[in-house]
Amino acid sequence: MAVAEPRRVGYLYILPALLVYGLFLLFPLLHSGWISLFSWDGLTVGTFVGLDNYAALAADVGFLAAFGHVAVLLVFFAVLPVSIGLVLATALSRTRIRGMAFFRTALFLPQVVAMVVVAIAWQRIFAPDGALNDLLRLVGLDGLVTAWLGESGTALIAVGLVGTWVQTGLAVVLFLGGIGKISGELFDAVRLDGGGVVREFRTVVLPALRAEIGVALTLTVIAALRTFDLVYVMTPQGGPGGSTTVPSYEIYHRAFHSGQVGSAAAIGITLTALAFLITFGITKVTGRDR
Amino acid sequence: MLSRLAVLSLIAVTLGACAPGSGSVGERPTDRPAGEVRTDPATMGKVTLTVWDQEVRGGQEKQISALNDAFQRKYPNITIKRVARSFDDLRSTVKLGLTGAEAPDVVQVNNGKQDMGSFVKAGLLQPLDGYATAHKWTERMPESVLRLAKYPDSGAVLGEGKLYGVPQTGELVGLFYNKEKLARLGIQPPTTWEDFDKALAAAKRAGELPIQFGNLEKSSGNYLFSLAMHRYGKAEEETRLATGRDGVSWNTEANKQAARLLLSWADNGYFPQGYAGIKSDDSWAAFARGEGLFHISGTWLTADIQAAMGDKVGFQLPPGQTVTGGTGLPFAVSGRSKNPDAAAAYIDFISNADAMKVLADNGNLPATEADKQAATGLTKDVFTAWQTASRSTQLVPYLDYATVTAYDTVTGAIEQLLAKRHTVDQFLTVLQDDLDKGRGGR
Repeated sequence: MAVAEPRRVGYLYILPALLVYGLFLLFPLLHSGWISLFSWDGLTVGTFVGLDNYAALAADVGFLAAFGHVAVLLVFFAVLPVSIGLVLATALSRTRIRGMAFFRTALFLPQVVAMVVVAIAWQRIFAPDGALNDLLRLVGLDGLVTAWLGESGTALIAVGLVGTWVQTGLAVVLFLGGIGKISGELFDAVRLDGGGVVREFRTVVLPALRAEIGVALTLTVIAALRTFDLVYVMTPQGGPGGSTTVPSYEIYHRAFHSGQVGSAAAIGITLTALAFLITFGITKVTGRDR
Repeated sequence: MLSRLAVLSLIAVTLGACAPGSGSVGERPTDRPAGEVRTDPATMGKVTLTVWDQEVRGGQEKQISALNDAFQRKYPNITIKRVARSFDDLRSTVKLGLTGAEAPDVVQVNNGKQDMGSFVKAGLLQPLDGYATAHKWTERMPESVLRLAKYPDSGAVLGEGKLYGVPQTGELVGLFYNKEKLARLGIQPPTTWEDFDKALAAAKRAGELPIQFGNLEKSSGNYLFSLAMHRYGKAEEETRLATGRDGVSWNTEANKQAARLLLSWADNGYFPQGYAGIKSDDSWAAFARGEGLFHISGTWLTADIQAAMGDKVGFQLPPGQTVTGGTGLPFAVSGRSKNPDAAAAYIDFISNADAMKVLADNGNLPATEADKQAATGLTKDVFTAWQTASRSTQLVPYLDYATVTAYDTVTGAIEQLLAKRHTVDQFLTVLQDDLDKGRGGR
């Protein structure tokens, strides 16, 4: 074995990346943490308040509502796309379709389009005279016609559905790749045992896709937690009755408009911690400990 | 590795370890006596002025470019470095700009308490009263216009204290009406509230949409409620309420009637279906296509609506002449400007009589001398209305100047009132709570 380089030299290799990471990620993060300990309007000198900003969040109606909304969005951004993705990917892998590459691309396309564009397009679809209501009228469901983005009861769900539309393609493509790696013998074995589609899915596909499910969940959960552009564009001003406020919107609003920079930083740190915890949990469950 | 990280973190924290904002706060700039102010830019030597504006849409962009060019030609010793941003972008970055090491010299600042008010409180803007005397702004601009850029040092109340900015343009929220439809219904533009009621009812009976309205952004609801308030309120009281003076109350009989009027419009089907989900841009576009007898909105739509409707559209003040309005974003001077005289001279140049002509020629509503401009059709209606309103005591500011959170609270509460999620009493309570909280707090 060749003489290894001293360990310190190894650090030299990562130094450039570490510097960039430290400068643009760690420093701002720590600085936000620092600001979150102050009551600061962004203009005058802040006063140190310790953890008061965090304590105040616990009783802050706007903040709690925002986290409630993001919990709903988690279902639409993560749970639904992963579930639909699993079913679609399994179905797609079982049948030979001409132009598979095309469908795969088409399904993935929403991921590529800028969120603002997605938001504006769907805003048209959800408009009172938009495509969705037209469709409902066409099939005789006039009773369901509503101003989707203008009603407190439907706005959040409408935004969530767009999230499902965007994230499903990602999940499908990830899962298709995973299924492609499964050895055909396993499927044959299930069939020899007389197992059907469901058994095949449960005993072969699902266990084999554990890692992919982990990746898909991590990506979609983070997308849900940091949702901003969709709600900001589709439902201005936090939506009807504030029904679509999310933590990122609260951060933006407090930092740039209502002069509560300390509180905004506290929400940011809380959100970061939450994202870290959830993704950590997902990796633990779906990780490599098989 | 971990210890390295720890060291790095320590450095990072030490770097940031002073109270946020302590680097940015200097001494409060003091007013310059009018006698000391130099007013002729030609004598100021070589100067570079950084100007942040939000005049980026059609006619706005044209007027500011033309004026900047003219200024540069006349005073080659002064270089203008223009930074143009959209309204939202400017609002979001101006705070960082004013507190930064390289603050702009001239900047357009929103009149509201959360913007101009908080900047004044933090001592970031140059008081302009001395300049106003030296440049004769006080003679040029009516008090109803200038007071919308006045704050005391505390930044607490709009309309009192020192002058901090000069606007180029005026704004009114009034009635755009479809002339063809009015004629077909056989009615005149309404001059009394009873006539307005009759016009709405007649339109409904004839199968026309009485009021074109889209409230997805919630800003248009604000205009409609203000209109309803003008019917029952007194201009003076409304102004005190809008700016959050001591002793004012939302819970009055007039405001209750206004809220009920707004609801009755909704209940009578005077608005388009699903108005809560219609974008305001889509709603004025629909009005321009001929859907709707009235559209209640601001004069910033004048150029666009006239282009779309030609001479089929008119504009008028609300019946009773009390009207919501204000100015375009005032141009202010940064407290850190090294050349406040040049900055003020620039502001003077873009708001003087010649500038007003450039503004009008490019489809903007000039803050002064609107009556002296050549205009036809809708533009003429708008100029005439502004000339009347800006010189009267019936120009009421927007409802969002009272507290830093007023805009969100007021627009949100109106949306909830229309959605029947607030009763009239709850609605007024929400507004009152915001007023009480805003006064006691920040």
